[in-house]
Amino acid sequence: MLETFQNLALGFSVALAPGVLWYGFIGCLVGTLVGVLPGVGPLAGISLLLPVTYGLDATRALVMLAGIYYGAMYGGSTTSILMRIPGEAASVMTCIDGYAMARKGRAGPALTIAAVGSYVAGTVSVLALMFLAPPLAAFALRFGPPEYFSLLLLGLLVLAYMNTGSMLKGLAMAGLGLLLGMIGIDQMSGYFRFAYGVTELADGIGVVPVAVGLFGLAEILLTAGQANPPAVIRPRLRDLLPSRREWREAHWPIWRGTALGFLIGIIPGSAHVISTFVSYAIERKVSKRPEEFGQGAVAGVAGPESANNAATSGAFVPMLALGVPGVPVAALLLAAMMVHGVTPGPLLIQQDPRLFWGFIASMYVGNVILLILNLPLVGLFVNLLRVPYPVLYPIVLVCSILGVYAVNSSVVDVWIMLAMGVLGYVLRKLDFETAPIVLGLVLAPMMELSLRQSLAMSGGSYAVFVTRPISVVLLAVGLALVVLALRPLLSRTLDWRSRLEEGVRS
Amino acid sequence: MTVDRVAGMALVLIGLAAMWESRVFPLGSLHRPGPAYMPVLLAALLILFGSAVFAMGSRGRRLVEVGWWEWRHAVAIFGACAFAAWGLERLGYRVTVGVVTAVLLLVVERKGWALGLALTVVLAWGSFFVFDTLLRVPLPRGPFGL
Repeated sequence: MLETFQNLALGFSVALAPGVLWYGFIGCLVGTLVGVLPGVGPLAGISLLLPVTYGLDATRALVMLAGIYYGAMYGGSTTSILMRIPGEAASVMTCIDGYAMARKGRAGPALTIAAVGSYVAGTVSVLALMFLAPPLAAFALRFGPPEYFSLLLLGLLVLAYMNTGSMLKGLAMAGLGLLLGMIGIDQMSGYFRFAYGVTELADGIGVVPVAVGLFGLAEILLTAGQANPPAVIRPRLRDLLPSRREWREAHWPIWRGTALGFLIGIIPGSAHVISTFVSYAIERKVSKRPEEFGQGAVAGVAGPESANNAATSGAFVPMLALGVPGVPVAALLLAAMMVHGVTPGPLLIQQDPRLFWGFIASMYVGNVILLILNLPLVGLFVNLLRVPYPVLYPIVLVCSILGVYAVNSSVVDVWIMLAMGVLGYVLRKLDFETAPIVLGLVLAPMMELSLRQSLAMSGGSYAVFVTRPISVVLLAVGLALVVLALRPLLSRTLDWRSRLEEGVRS
Repeated sequence: MTVDRVAGMALVLIGLAAMWESRVFPLGSLHRPGPAYMPVLLAALLILFGSAVFAMGSRGRRLVEVGWWEWRHAVAIFGACAFAAWGLERLGYRVTVGVVTAVLLLVVERKGWALGLALTVVLAWGSFFVFDTLLRVPLPRGPFGL
């Protein structure tokens, strides 16, 4: 315990150094601005701004990128509440009651409750991260190739299960991402696979062009021709404060959402969306007035927003402790760390304590910065929505091209972004989610290596995955998810995905 | 034909293509898997998932019900991006981005000349200044030094 606080003091000495603090502030500010833009979520935001960090040292770069991530998550709630446009999937539940509150003239309190809930969740979950990541990292040293393979497989199964569509489609998309991850030089044999003479593909397809194409460009292709953009509700500053009753109604949902979000966020592959959905469902269940949900219930905003932000910190646990990205954004942060010469994983805490604890401390500082930014400046951020989309999207498009090109100074990446944009556009039209493709792409090299190493060490026996205790537990959890997904086929009950779709539709 | 049926068929075709392309690499053995082992395994899984999506997709949304009403905009934006990919290293960053922005704002979106040209200059030269000059991210200059 004492050692943890000593380490945290070291972290604060790093995070509060003027140079680092400045980049943390810039990250939070830019992240919030990016999060407020409809359709540009944290993933596209980090992708676009990754090149900006190239000239910085690893600590500053990581603190800035984490600030962008947090900021974009916070900013996403603004468009959800004011326009009913979720900046990303995790904001869908906030749309329902947040927008209903805004239509009742309570947009300000909804924004304030979302910001305060996010602050509480962010701060408390960083505390949990601080105590959980080091022992988990020590535990991870027991992981061999079979355990890693099972963990990565579980991550993909969880992500596919958390999809708002069918698990089968999620698995198909993850499979497509894994196949894309096969492109490039094979790590074990040196064969140049599926590159057709394009030398830029030697290291494989980059996650940045794929993410920007699938999320950023696809979104622009889908919405640029939109005839009637949704109306924006503009709150006044004096209307921001919630009433005493609203504070009372928000209190417990914030704490419940925080605990729930963190726990769900730790599981590799779990999308933030599940934490928000579960939080919404629980709040509705425990509410004395469940009929208010969907009509502007305060708990319907406070719970999911807190869960969403707590899950953000939870997602950092497997990334920092195991070197395994749990969600696509963490995959991008992992890639960013590698660009800066930092190898995440169990040894990071021992080898680079200043970076690790500086990063943890910067999250506390970032949460305070975001609270200060989000409350008084919300009116200013909303003004961004006044820029007409036909003017806004060419700017976003240029940023996308610039961001993708700058990663490797390669036009091949721009072509990949273009191809992925078209793929994302078509897949969205066909009701497929694209996030599993990105996670599959990132996990593919690790998964292939651990599978081949496992088979080599077991003399070609797949039994190695079910004879080692950690591996078999991970696989059992994955199997349970598959069974849960198959349940609606066997009985007439709807599972949570169908209920979520119905809830959003109504 | 439903959307899921079309998607299922496409997934099966991608899986078959991946399997066909993997034939040139050694498959290896169970105790020493070769470079084709994982791609073939994944291709087989994709074929399996695609077949399942096809088989279970008889009652979903029909393909003709999918609205493609924004296709003109999508094609124009795609064309602008393709021009950017082609021109970045041939014409230079500022010229390429300038052309892309001007076409999107003035031709596709039919914005006024003053706004269109002002934004084009600010975006092309401004982003170059911020990224290349200030942040030292090397951007291509092309034959005209632009």
